[in-house]
Parts: sequence; C-alpha cells; structure tokens
Amino acid sequence: MRTDERQALSISRRSLITGVAGLGTLALIRSPAAAAPEDVIAAQRALFGDREIQTGRVMVTMPPIAENGFSVPFEVEVDSPMTEDDHVVQIAVFSPRNPLPDMARFHLGPRAGRARVATRIRMSGTQAITAVAEMSDGSLWSGSAETVVTLAACIIL
Amino acid sequence: MIKRAVLLVAALALAGCDGGANDEEALDRSAAPSPLRSGLSFLTEDTQALQADAFANPGHLWVDRGRNLFASAKDSSPACSLCHGDDGAQLVGASASYPAWDESSGELLNLEGRINACRQRHQSQPPLDYESEDLLALSAFVGHLSQGTEISVEVAAETQNAYDLGEDYFFTRRGQFNLSCAQCHNDNWGQQLRGDTISQGHGSGFPAYRLEWQTLGSLHRRFQDCDQGVRAEPMEMGSDIYIALEHYLAARASGLEVETPSVRR
Amino acid sequence: MTGIRISVPDTAETGEVIEIRVLIQHPMESGFRRDNRGGLIPRDILTRFECTYSGKAVFVADFHPAIAANPLLSFNTVAAESGTLNFRWIDQNGAVWEDSAEIIVT
Repeated sequence: MRTDERQALSISRRSLITGVAGLGTLALIRSPAAAAPEDVIAAQRALFGDREIQTGRVMVTMPPIAENGFSVPFEVEVDSPMTEDDHVVQIAVFSPRNPLPDMARFHLGPRAGRARVATRIRMSGTQAITAVAEMSDGSLWSGSAETVVTLAACIIL
Repeated sequence: MIKRAVLLVAALALAGCDGGANDEEALDRSAAPSPLRSGLSFLTEDTQALQADAFANPGHLWVDRGRNLFASAKDSSPACSLCHGDDGAQLVGASASYPAWDESSGELLNLEGRINACRQRHQSQPPLDYESEDLLALSAFVGHLSQGTEISVEVAAETQNAYDLGEDYFFTRRGQFNLSCAQCHNDNWGQQLRGDTISQGHGSGFPAYRLEWQTLGSLHRRFQDCDQGVRAEPMEMGSDIYIALEHYLAARASGLEVETPSVRR
Repeated sequence: MTGIRISVPDTAETGEVIEIRVLIQHPMESGFRRDNRGGLIPRDILTRFECTYSGKAVFVADFHPAIAANPLLSFNTVAAESGTLNFRWIDQNGAVWEDSAEIIVT
C-alpha cells in the first residue's frame, strides 16, 4: 500500500471517530487507546528483552481485504524442521493498531511436527500484523502481513 | 470517507424524491431482483469459505446445540425427535416452506413460531424467547436440515393479507433517511455502499452467523438492524409485521437454496 | 451448555503430521466495547488453551482480546502413538472447559 493511501486511511479513521462518537456499537473502532507501533516494540521487549529480531523464516497469511474486523482469518507458519534439536518454542503475535499490542502467543515444541497455527483475529482497522518466532537456539525471527479492513456501510450511516 | 458515505446515502435518498419517474420506479413492485442471487455471492472469498467449512463455520455450534435439544426430553414431555424422527429425519426440507399458515391457530407462523407452537401444544413447555440461545439453536438445527433445498413459499388465500402487509413494509420509505428496503435491495443491489456491496436482501441463510454480531442471529434481528440502518424505529422480533415481511421475502426468494447456517458480514 | 467442536483424524500412521482443529462457543468480550448506554462491557475472555497428547503438552495458546469470538484454532502434531488428545480452555476467572478425542496410530 502506498504511503498516501495509508495517510488517507488514517485521516478517515480520525474523522470517523469524531463523526460517530455517539454510537455505542462502534466501540471497536473508536477505542481511544489504540496501540501504536511503539507499543508493539515495547510488548516485544517485554517478552524478548533486547534480543535481536531478524526478519524472515516467519510467514503470516491474511486476506488482502477483510470485510469485517471482528473476524479475520490469520495463519502463521515458521520455517523450521521441528526436531528435538531445532524447533520453534513459541510464536507471539502483535498489532500496532488494536487497543492492545499483544494478540496471542502459541507455545510449540518438536511434537508439533510443523510450526503452523491458524485462528481468527480481531483487527480494529487496516494494519500489518507481526508474528515473532522464538527458536530453540534462542534466535528470534519475524514476519508480517497487512490486511485492509473495510467498514460496514449500514453501521456507519 | 464518512462524508462520502453520507453523500452516498443522501444520493440514494434523493433518488427516491427528485421526480415522478423515480417514484414510479420505486413503486414498481414487479421489479424483483433478477437473477436471484444469494447474499453469499456478495461476500469475499474468505467469508464464503468460512460458510462452506462445515467444521469452522461457527453457526454449527448452534446447529449442534439444537440437535441436542431436539433429542432431549424435558419434564416428562416428549422430545422433538419422538415425533419428527431421530436427528429430525422427517423435517428435512421443511423449513424451505416457511413462513407457513397454521390451520389450528389460524396464524401465519415462521419457523421460530412453529417451534414455539410445538412446544406449547405437544410438549407442555413455555415458548422460548425470541433470540434466546435455545430458540436460535433449534431454528438453526431445523433450518440446517433443509440446507440445499429450494425455498418454496407461495401466497395462499389465508396468507394474502400478511403478504400484502409485508410487501407494503418492503416498499415503504421509513426513518430519517427516508429509505425503503426496495430502494437498496431491489433498485441498487450489486452497487457499492462504502465497503459493502448491497445484497438483494434475501433471508435464505438465516439464522445466520454475522461477523458484525459475532454470534448467530435471527432474520428478525437482521430486520431490526436494517431498520436502524435507515434510522427508523425497529419493530419487535416475532411481531406480526416482521413475520409478514418474512413471508413476502420468502416468496420473493423462492428458488434460492436454504443455506442455514450461513455466514454474513 | 458450551458448544465445543473438535476435529482430529480417527486414524493416522506413526510419525504422520496431523492437523487438529478446535472451535468453542465463547463471546471473547474484549472489554473495549460499550453498550447502548455508553457503559463499558466488562471483559470476558478465554485466556488459555492447552492440548495434551497421552498426557504430554503438545500445543498451548495464550489468548488476548484480539482473538475473535468463538475461537477457532488449527495446529499440528505428530501422530506418535494411539491415545487420547485432551483439550482444555481456561477463562480469565479460571473456569475450565474440556473435551477429548481418541486417535488410533498404526
């Protein structure tokens, strides 16, 4: 997504918040304390300290467009042999725009056979979701994917 | 973006007010959507896939619960399955002809009403509240028995009055936006309204798991949302007028397949 | 009566990586939504899911409010031996929901 599009979206979100402040049903969208990218970094520090997070080996799959942010398909897969000596220990998932940066954590081991988890997540708006995998050797790897979350017309009107 | 959305609605509302030609168009009641298209076809691939997934479609949580309720007897009254067969074998296809006229009460009953009538007459049980988990579960289970069956609801002499009332409701502009159901679902289906594609407004998938609700809900709950969407005061769920509207819509949707439990946005 | 759905293959070959899917009925009320009067709806979420295979933990998930209502999970495990898979969900107050499935491994 181009930067100007991103800006347009974030502006429209703000005007949306002002425009619909009276509507209780929109709580998900107008939550005042949205996590910012800094919060994601803070949440990652809280979990992994100052250890370096390398990009790669983690593949996040989400649809390009979600028609409702309440339930978006999410899948993460980590490139790992999942053996006794070399496996994924945990995968943590972070959001820069939800009210909370922590979304979920999955604890795995060699008995998983395959480092893959799928679920459905809530997204309060268009954003890139990041997953960080911790390997049995202590290294950290990350990947992310972005989904555009559209808003239902009839709720907003 | 909000401005654009408001403009769109304003445009829709104006479309109905700005001249005789449009008024006539809005009043042309023969102009049912053609070809008929299920609400499913207006959803993204991912949402369609969720509906098609017989395990992950969350509506099946209610179907499962309904299957258990159907088989369980309470307070020495017979279970539904005693009359209707194990797993409702004799009700396969039944919900596709609802709402239907009930001779003994002289009333038009939708599926929820039929389930409650059955409870009172044959099980000596009080009716379940509309939108209660148990009534949703039973109607999802019985509805699911007809999944894939073509809806076949015709207007009978006894139901003509209700049909007309339902049709009137569908074509009457209401609410602050002064919009009728028909202005969106007959005249503008397939068009974009913000991020939504306007559907033809069929109830063929209900009770449905709506992502917006994060739960399963009845068609009448959906009616209430639509009424609120145009800023009109919603009617009671289970009210005669909503049952009349459901009758009109079921006749209008005849030929589409029952999808219960569907997934909607 | 909480609905739980479990999908585990009935049989598998030794060493085969199988897919497990679980679905549970739960509102996962985020604690960020407001009711029609503007009052905050209190948080009510499942916080943990555990899967054991013949008594050994094979997969654990920690949930935050970002997990959608009626949580669906899909994960994998190696079919090691015939036995019982146990599934436990725990909510923020410690309430537990459990179910299990048998698998025959040849």
